Amino acid sequence: MTVVVAIGTRKGLWLARSEDRVSWEVDGPHHAMQEVYAVAFDTRAGARLLAGVASPHFGPGVSISDDLGATWEESPTPPIAFPVQDAALERVWQLQPAPASQPGVVWAGTQPSALFRSSDGGRSFEFVEGLWNHPHRPEWEAGFGGQAVHTIVPDPVDPDRVLVAMSTGGVYRTADGGKSWEARNKGIKAYFFPDPWPEFGQCVHKVAQHPAAPSRFYAQNHHGVYRSDDGGDTWQSIASGLPTDFGFAMVVHPHDPDTIFTFPIEADGRRFPPEGKCRVYRSQDAGDTWQALGEGLPDDFWTAVMRDALCTDDADVPGVYFGSRSGEVYASPDEGETWHRVAAHLPDVMSVRAAVIPT
Amino acid sequence: MKVTVLIPGVLRTTTAGAAHLDVDVPPPATLGAALDVLAATYPGLDRRLRDEQAGLRRYVNFYVNGEECRRLAGPDTPLPAGAEIQILPSVAGG
Repeated sequence: MTVVVAIGTRKGLWLARSEDRVSWEVDGPHHAMQEVYAVAFDTRAGARLLAGVASPHFGPGVSISDDLGATWEESPTPPIAFPVQDAALERVWQLQPAPASQPGVVWAGTQPSALFRSSDGGRSFEFVEGLWNHPHRPEWEAGFGGQAVHTIVPDPVDPDRVLVAMSTGGVYRTADGGKSWEARNKGIKAYFFPDPWPEFGQCVHKVAQHPAAPSRFYAQNHHGVYRSDDGGDTWQSIASGLPTDFGFAMVVHPHDPDTIFTFPIEADGRRFPPEGKCRVYRSQDAGDTWQALGEGLPDDFWTAVMRDALCTDDADVPGVYFGSRSGEVYASPDEGETWHRVAAHLPDVMSVRAAVIPT
Repeated sequence: MKVTVLIPGVLRTTTAGAAHLDVDVPPPATLGAALDVLAATYPGLDRRLRDEQAGLRRYVNFYVNGEECRRLAGPDTPLPAGAEIQILPSVAGG
């Protein structure tokens, strides 16, 4: 079994490859000096790799490799472009292939906050006008990292149902293929507003779903960790077993809808792991109880893990991966029980994705 | 009206290696009009110079006969006959 991990950083993309998920060969940088906030493996198309890249000088785009980074293809015309007068693409925050039943469909979330849909595997994208025209849009604000749709969760069965999350703005859901959208933030606290329970405006950092439990979502909020059991209609806190409710990432186990992973960070005002100890937290009962996972992980880890820098692969016994702002990447071959360092001294890690590559 | 555009080395992959391009600009000849002509032949160059609203990218500088266009009229800067447009990435990053 070969596993490849794509590591998007603030200055390029690195690829790590392993047969045993313990020892790794790392190559890069690909797209040197370009920010890579979004990476995705499209395993519906063999092992296609998509990267949302942005040059500080020459602007953003989407780059595609069908040979695991040996060659990259980038359309001469912008693959993602705003067809409206008052916006231009600043950065691609998310590239999300749709389920296997929708071959070729890839969603993109952008800064400024908008959604795009590709039906040709990511070579070109169409603007989802319904979300852009939402009456709430003028009140969506920029978070510290910019105003962006950073999370896209396509329904595993129904192609018309998609959930997105943005900072700030919160969770929105469509059931008609993107024509109309409803805010779905009931129960998610926005402590930074005079009314902490608004209809929208929450700073949701990440939402995850398991395909076998399509009405359940997990969310890591800007303070707050939540679960919804009714398709996002209402959210309940699952933070009581965690050392802190702040963090950016939220990941579901690929084969078990009850198992989730997060990387707690002490607080908005102290963006370090609690006590500076590098720990992934795992729940195996949908958030009721949590375990700290740290065998092989360092103490004195005064850095943070960003929203898309924690992931799993899709092996029978899945591996878990994360990268940090300090340019370190760790892998677990056994669902988080033990950890091994994949790379160090890279630029700030913004996105990590892993896949078992067919041989 | 003919003008010449000098392409920085880092962008020559988008112009089949060409270091300078002669462009025939229809009136009224402006920097923006010259870039529009270039875009028709070299879309991969254009997307790196301008966003989809034809806004000049912040960290790319355009010198018209040696003068940076933002001190003139930006994309509306008029081009004299035979003008030389030099494109240079600005100093940025860390």
